[in-house]
Amino acid sequence: MSGHDSKYFSTTKKGEIPELKEELNSQYKDKRKDAVKKVIAAMTVGKDVSSLFTDVVNCMQTENLELKKLVYLYLINYAKSQPDLAILAVNTFVKDSQDPNPLIRALAVRTMGCIRVDKITEYLCDPLQRCLKDDDPYVRKTAAICVAKLYDINAELVEDRGFLDSLKDLISDNNPMVVANAVAALAEIQENSTRPIFEITSNTLSKLLTALNECTEWGQVFILDALSRYKAEDAREAENIVERVTPRLQHANCAVVLSAVKMILQQMELITSTDVVRNLCKKMAPPLVTLLSAEPEIQYVALRNINLIVQKRPTILAHEIKVFFCKYNDPIYVKMEKLEIMIKLASDRNIDQVLLEFKEYATEVDVDFVRKAVRAIGRCAIKLERAAERCISVLLELIKIKVNYVVQEAIIVIKDIFRRYPNTYESIIATLCESLDTLDEPEAKASMIWIIGEYAERIDNADELLEGFLESFPEEPAQVQLQLLTAAVKLFLKKPTEGPQQMIQAVLNNATVETDNPDLRDRAYIYWRLLSTDPEAAKDVVLAEKPVISDDSNQLDPTLLDELLANIATLSSVYHKPPEAFVTRLKTTSLKTEDDYSEAGYSESPAHAAESSASPPSSSSNVPDAASRQPDQPLATAASPVPDLIGDLIGLDNSNSLVPVDQPAAASPSLPVLLPASTGQGLQISAQLVRRDGQIFYSLLFENGSPLLLDGFMIQFNKNTFGLAAVGPLQVPPLQPGTSAATLLPMILFKNVAPGPPNSLLQVAVKNNQQPVWYFNDKISLHVFFTEDGRMERATFLETWKSLPDSNEVLKDYPGLVINSVESTLDKLAASNMFFIAKRKNANQEVLYLSAKIPQGIPFLTELTAALGIPSVKCAVKTPSPELAPLFFEAMESLLKS
Amino acid sequence: MPVAASAVYFLNLRGDVLINRLYRDDVGGNMVDAFRMHIMQTKDLGTCPVRQIGGCSFIYMRISNVYIVIVVSSNANVACAFKFVVEAVNLFKSYFGGAFDEDAIRNNFVLIYELLDEIMDFGYPQNLSPEILKLYITQEGVRSPFSSKPADKPVPNATLQVTGAVGWRREGLSYKKNEVFLDIVESVNLLMSSKGSVLHCDVTGKVLMKCFLSGMPDLKLGLNDKIGLEKESQLKSRPAKSGKTIELDDVTFHQCVNLTRFNSEKTVSFVPPDGEFELMKYRITESVNLPFRVLPTIKELGRTRMEVNVKVKSVFGAKMFALGVVIKIPVPKQTAKTSFQVTSGRAKYNPAIDCLVWKIRKFPGQTEPTLSAEVELISTMGEKKSSTRPPIQMEFQVPMFTASGLRVRFLKVWEKSGYNTVEWVRYITKAGSYEIRS
Repeated sequence: MSGHDSKYFSTTKKGEIPELKEELNSQYKDKRKDAVKKVIAAMTVGKDVSSLFTDVVNCMQTENLELKKLVYLYLINYAKSQPDLAILAVNTFVKDSQDPNPLIRALAVRTMGCIRVDKITEYLCDPLQRCLKDDDPYVRKTAAICVAKLYDINAELVEDRGFLDSLKDLISDNNPMVVANAVAALAEIQENSTRPIFEITSNTLSKLLTALNECTEWGQVFILDALSRYKAEDAREAENIVERVTPRLQHANCAVVLSAVKMILQQMELITSTDVVRNLCKKMAPPLVTLLSAEPEIQYVALRNINLIVQKRPTILAHEIKVFFCKYNDPIYVKMEKLEIMIKLASDRNIDQVLLEFKEYATEVDVDFVRKAVRAIGRCAIKLERAAERCISVLLELIKIKVNYVVQEAIIVIKDIFRRYPNTYESIIATLCESLDTLDEPEAKASMIWIIGEYAERIDNADELLEGFLESFPEEPAQVQLQLLTAAVKLFLKKPTEGPQQMIQAVLNNATVETDNPDLRDRAYIYWRLLSTDPEAAKDVVLAEKPVISDDSNQLDPTLLDELLANIATLSSVYHKPPEAFVTRLKTTSLKTEDDYSEAGYSESPAHAAESSASPPSSSSNVPDAASRQPDQPLATAASPVPDLIGDLIGLDNSNSLVPVDQPAAASPSLPVLLPASTGQGLQISAQLVRRDGQIFYSLLFENGSPLLLDGFMIQFNKNTFGLAAVGPLQVPPLQPGTSAATLLPMILFKNVAPGPPNSLLQVAVKNNQQPVWYFNDKISLHVFFTEDGRMERATFLETWKSLPDSNEVLKDYPGLVINSVESTLDKLAASNMFFIAKRKNANQEVLYLSAKIPQGIPFLTELTAALGIPSVKCAVKTPSPELAPLFFEAMESLLKS
Repeated sequence: MPVAASAVYFLNLRGDVLINRLYRDDVGGNMVDAFRMHIMQTKDLGTCPVRQIGGCSFIYMRISNVYIVIVVSSNANVACAFKFVVEAVNLFKSYFGGAFDEDAIRNNFVLIYELLDEIMDFGYPQNLSPEILKLYITQEGVRSPFSSKPADKPVPNATLQVTGAVGWRREGLSYKKNEVFLDIVESVNLLMSSKGSVLHCDVTGKVLMKCFLSGMPDLKLGLNDKIGLEKESQLKSRPAKSGKTIELDDVTFHQCVNLTRFNSEKTVSFVPPDGEFELMKYRITESVNLPFRVLPTIKELGRTRMEVNVKVKSVFGAKMFALGVVIKIPVPKQTAKTSFQVTSGRAKYNPAIDCLVWKIRKFPGQTEPTLSAEVELISTMGEKKSSTRPPIQMEFQVPMFTASGLRVRFLKVWEKSGYNTVEWVRYITKAGSYEIRS
């Protein structure tokens, strides 16, 4: 039997929303339920039905569980956009969390945890506390996960309310599913925290291993993954653990099997007995092979992991190479991975069989696969010396089929084989030369030319062959040009006859005068000079013996390999990248928790951590703190996956035509980040006010680290003290994922002035078509307003100083600042339109007088007093608007610091 | 971290969202746009099931005309994610009564939302057993819409059963007639070279059960596998009975089987779920009885003619027979005309798949029918002769035959009320990927 819900998708009349509103408020239960279904259907297809919030929430108080679930679903989706209305639902939630029906209690807690609205979260604590101690295991298992949800929203709250302890108590719960969920929640919290929360002791370990037997399949995965972090004391403990985990290898769930394999591999590191290790390897092979009969997607995950496992423990699957033979109908991604593993498992014992397979694959349809198969033959030749000859004969057979891309790929790998076994297989060069005309790919051409140059003395018509390529020299790609150049030089050195001499002239000419590729030109000049000054030296350089290459066929670095093996079954093991290379999320450590941490008596506690991570440590006293925060740092930098430099270049290109002024500084690399990627769903915005040619600009850098194309950027400034506003619209091109754009937005003053006492706050809102509106705060630095006409005559300065009452003079000490040279300080200030008027000496102190002016003609008369080289600068300012003095001092400080 | 998903999307082939559920806040709302743009609309579709775009990873699977896409931004457990999708689809199928496609999703979207809420919490898979979920998630899809609202009645101990140690069977079942059906279904995978040598061959078998048993029965299954028999004779300290024993390369079990006990005693003991389920899977590579041998000879006569001779030999008992035998023999794309002679069954040329398709409905053991065909090709001067010839593929079913030789020795049912049960056992061997290179 099947449902008929599709009717809810059919949109009927034009006034859909009002109609739904009416139905939602109907007095008939069934009609209300239908209406909610229609709302959910509309939500599913992406219509905005948030305006019905109140009406839907009104349906929440119902006895009908199905209807209740739908309303909850609606709430999860829209609560964030209607936080004020979401509070309406709190009462029902709290009531439901005490319902006699455990399903409803659990539902209430589960849903509340999904609503990330502060007001709701506050009310979540009490019900959650109750539910963690509920009589019903279903409620407890739901509450356990809910603690992890809450930690994600507000870590501080979780710690303050003692939820972590309740969660730890659940590890000893008598219900296996509660235990499993508690473990999952604790493991996640630990992963996001820098302090020890969930430490696995040998006691917990044994408790959890016992629970393993009774857990659901997923619970087993949670527990195994959490336990794989455990480091056994000694070999005996490791053996014990392994013994209790091996039965899991027989589980039908691939995730359980892979997690068990991960744990066994971890513990094997400690086991010293070779017998035990051999036995374990024997036990792990069949389950790994069985994974290859699962769905192709799961096979892919298994193959990527097996690739890692055979690098670490080649014996495990040494005898199983046959299972990696490709089936004709395997998806291409499975075939490619199988091929990779076949190369790794190829040995003198099985190479004949493997070569037959590769040869078969080289005649299939998929071009990429065929190429990889040909390359695989070459890699086997390089790896297995005794099989090299057989590999070459297979390659020659393939060349004879004369399929273009097979030939080209074969020539590329044969070049490598020549490098591996010099002076061994040159007899086949003649066969290779037959295919010369068919080569059209740069890499194949370059390889062939290399071969001709390297063995020029054995190829009778080497000069003719090279000449064939020379005709098209200017059109060839750089790779081919470079090889041609080198090959011509080699030929000339080996056969200094007339033909090669003419050729070398032509090539050198081509590669120096007629090219604009600096690499090519430089190389050509070096050869030219070498040849003209000392041909013998040239021989020593160009014809030097080359180091023999070896087969490091995609072997991973051992430390990386170990890290990846600790991440078996996860994305990391599929990408073959450590997690921090693709996970951009930052650890959530709120300031409060850090304080708690220090109170708890950890001396190395980073008390200023928040401060020092916000701005680079400026004084030496911060250094130890920064060092103690080391574990955090790679993550913090990983937040912007796009290298800034490249991002800027791309950004420049994109915005070139859009920004009216010359903007070398638009790409200034040091714009402060105002919206970090972690808050902006991957979008990072850096910005600063700058002054250029007497005009104020907002210099912005957008970096798109989200997977979406972002376009339709708009910007809006809130009312502020100076009434800063944008002159025109924000001009940012559509941003592809991973790209960035910089722009200079012309600004105007006194457009939307905020009343009240002056402050430096600039509130900015940026939106685009794909994401919600982002709000962030910037700080106005007064010096961008200093006008170019701020210079005063000495007399005017004195006059103004005198005319202003003393109450208009404000003083400020900068104990930490130091002036080392009057000259450079004045230059620095002048660059920001603070003009030097006069200076005098008072004892050992320099006293400088400066003037500056901001729009509307407000002057700032400044007196700076400092002893050269000694920290402490005094600043006195007199201005008709003394209320601006604090802002002025901030600006002064940043100028003196810079 | 065993998180499997931050969000799950169900898309149709055009890329429209049929249903989506966000489990975590770390992925934005319209991630699916990125999936459409960077995967669905490019030729990368289907080249790799796990892809990273920006800060998010997309893990996807296609099932009939639906893409199921999982989005994560952390280092999620991919094995868990894929397995979750597979299990969820099984669950939906069990609710909808078979089909899982775009229409089924649209017609049951309320139910699916409800299930999605139940089977995964904050990205962690929870209980996905249809048997248990049906206790308390009931919709028109399952029960008649005319019955009194079943969902409103609190199910007395549903929650205990969801979380219980026997999370796959509910209590208090009662049948008039207690019956167990056991099917051993084997698929033979073969890769044979054109010269007739076996490159790779294995059998993947499943033990499927259908239980209609009252109460909480304990079952014990005995097979003629080597390890189990050896262990048994060890325990009973008497020599193993003669007869064929089978060496299983690997076995995996349904979660109802006590793995620790299997590991120590080598017995398969379990409390079965009610109704249909897959008890175990196994794999065998040694001494496989291939039911069919295929001997192709393909000759190219000049540029435009080919001669195809295929002999298929059935090597199982003469009293048995295979059903639904189909042999697909690939021919070049430029095939113009074909003519056949077959000694059994019917053959025709199917230009859509570039194959000669030879069907034999009932194929007795110990026989060897042949097909001889002449194929005329359109002469194509310019094009180079394609070196590719896909393998010959074969489909079949042989009832009462196991390629591995596996047999059920006993199936014991024990329940405290001590009722009698009727046990039914069937065997069948099917073709998995049965390929012969030509």
